[in-house]
Amino acid sequence: MSQEEKIKEELLKKFNYLEGSVNIIRPRRMSIEVSLDNFMPVFAYLAKELELTHLCTITGLDEQERLGFIYHLTGESRVMVNLKTSVAKANPLIKTVTSYFPGAEIYERELEDLFGAKVEGLPQGNRYPLTDDWPVDQFPLRKDWKPALDTEQGVDKNA
Amino acid sequence: MHNSKDFKIPIGPQHPALKEPEGFSVALKGEKILGVDIRLGYNHRGIEKAAEERTYIQDIYLIERVCGICSHSHSTCFIQAVEEIAGLAVPRRALYIRTIIGELERIHSHLLWLGVAGHEIGFDTLLMYSWRDREVVMDILASITGNRVNYGMNTIGGVRRDISPEQSQEILIALDILEERTKYYIEVATQESTIIKRLSGVGILSREDVLRLDAVGPTARASGVKRDVRADDPYAAYGELEFKVITDERCDVYGRTVVRVKELMESYKIIRQALKNLPDGPIAIKAPRKIPAGEALSRYEAPRGEDVHYVRANGTEKPDRVKVRAPTLANIQAVKHMLRDRYLADMPIVIAAIDPCFSCTDRLIALKEQESATGKIISWPALHAYSLEWYKKQGIDFTALNKKLSAKGLTG
Repeated sequence: MSQEEKIKEELLKKFNYLEGSVNIIRPRRMSIEVSLDNFMPVFAYLAKELELTHLCTITGLDEQERLGFIYHLTGESRVMVNLKTSVAKANPLIKTVTSYFPGAEIYERELEDLFGAKVEGLPQGNRYPLTDDWPVDQFPLRKDWKPALDTEQGVDKNA
Repeated sequence: MHNSKDFKIPIGPQHPALKEPEGFSVALKGEKILGVDIRLGYNHRGIEKAAEERTYIQDIYLIERVCGICSHSHSTCFIQAVEEIAGLAVPRRALYIRTIIGELERIHSHLLWLGVAGHEIGFDTLLMYSWRDREVVMDILASITGNRVNYGMNTIGGVRRDISPEQSQEILIALDILEERTKYYIEVATQESTIIKRLSGVGILSREDVLRLDAVGPTARASGVKRDVRADDPYAAYGELEFKVITDERCDVYGRTVVRVKELMESYKIIRQALKNLPDGPIAIKAPRKIPAGEALSRYEAPRGEDVHYVRANGTEKPDRVKVRAPTLANIQAVKHMLRDRYLADMPIVIAAIDPCFSCTDRLIALKEQESATGKIISWPALHAYSLEWYKKQGIDFTALNKKLSAKGLTG
């Protein structure tokens, strides 16, 4: 049995609600889709029990009414698991994964700055990557945000 | 603050010890660093957003400019994702050429790093030597691709330029020179007591910390973590080539130096194999302008470590999302950790030891006169006069402006 199939089997054994949402895309690539409520247990299981010990990055996505997040995890097995979850844009609250991966701090700050996600449990610190005077309600990687080339949009002139 | 022995000093975003804009707020007790607060983002140019508004072809050139040194790394990482979504079978010859350019880029990057590291510890002879030798690989890159950086070799479905048998020979001759020089650097790095003493025990990062903080590239490998995308998740031609993943157990800046110098030798080995086994056939296949809906994650071992690109396509000629995670971002948490409880004087070399990315596109040119059989070199003033003449023929006259400038003493 391949590493990918092994990961799939272990996951389905542990979480029966994942039936149908674990896909092997190609050798060394898997995708899992999980609801926000079930995200933390699945994430913890992948990181701790299945030893996916390297979080490559977190990708943010604007999906109209929702914000999507893909956590790219890999480890000794060399299989890259793309764990996807999403949250309603109206209340984009997700939990930090810095207790599992302290290195995730900078990726989560990026989600806050560029997508307007709220990451619960993220320690105090500098914002990244936008400037300190960037308006709090503008998130450049959201689809409805357009850069205005002829004005200084994005910089609050009254600040 | 004056009553206390603890100080907080800002270093950056503009500072002589830094090559790029980044802000460090360093809490000090005497000369010891208590903690470091890092502020990044000064170089954020909105490339991911810009990529969504351009076609895939335009994006190759945009993404190539994420980094001045790892330009081929980023463009390859990006098109690999696009090719996976489109289901393109890239010709093997193209994969081999990508590998060759990728390794030449690593050689140029590692030699550049060696010079910077030498400079940061006041060993400028090493800078002069390694940057002189780096010119050998820069010339090769310029001869194959037309450019010293931003090679423009990649296109969706293959590469844009072939490597001729003559160019192959040229590369092999250059590799012999570089290999000789690298053997010397290995000797210097392992025997020169100034280097050993200055770098040993500096910027410690344990194996556990690498795993905990998700460090990548030579930074991870110098702490005994065998993490290299070329071996772990083979792309381009790496699955068919033989090479060693260099690791070191020293966990300090010295270890990082040894890893990079030894990796040069592996790069020569990879290029020689790739040239020897260079498959025949086309160098590219035709790619559709519109990429079908889908997503892919691509990884690439850049000189600084794992580069990650995620691309989502929506069936149009423009991507829906392009996510780039460059290796330095993965290593920045590790830097924070390496600096804690160390001396302030170690800061420049500890930061330099992860090889944070900075651009180097300057070059000196010597143009040969076209008609001249002797190949006389045009002097700078003559070249300047020639360019003024050339523009005048196109109907652009700088005479008035030049007079104004020289009156103010602004031109030479």
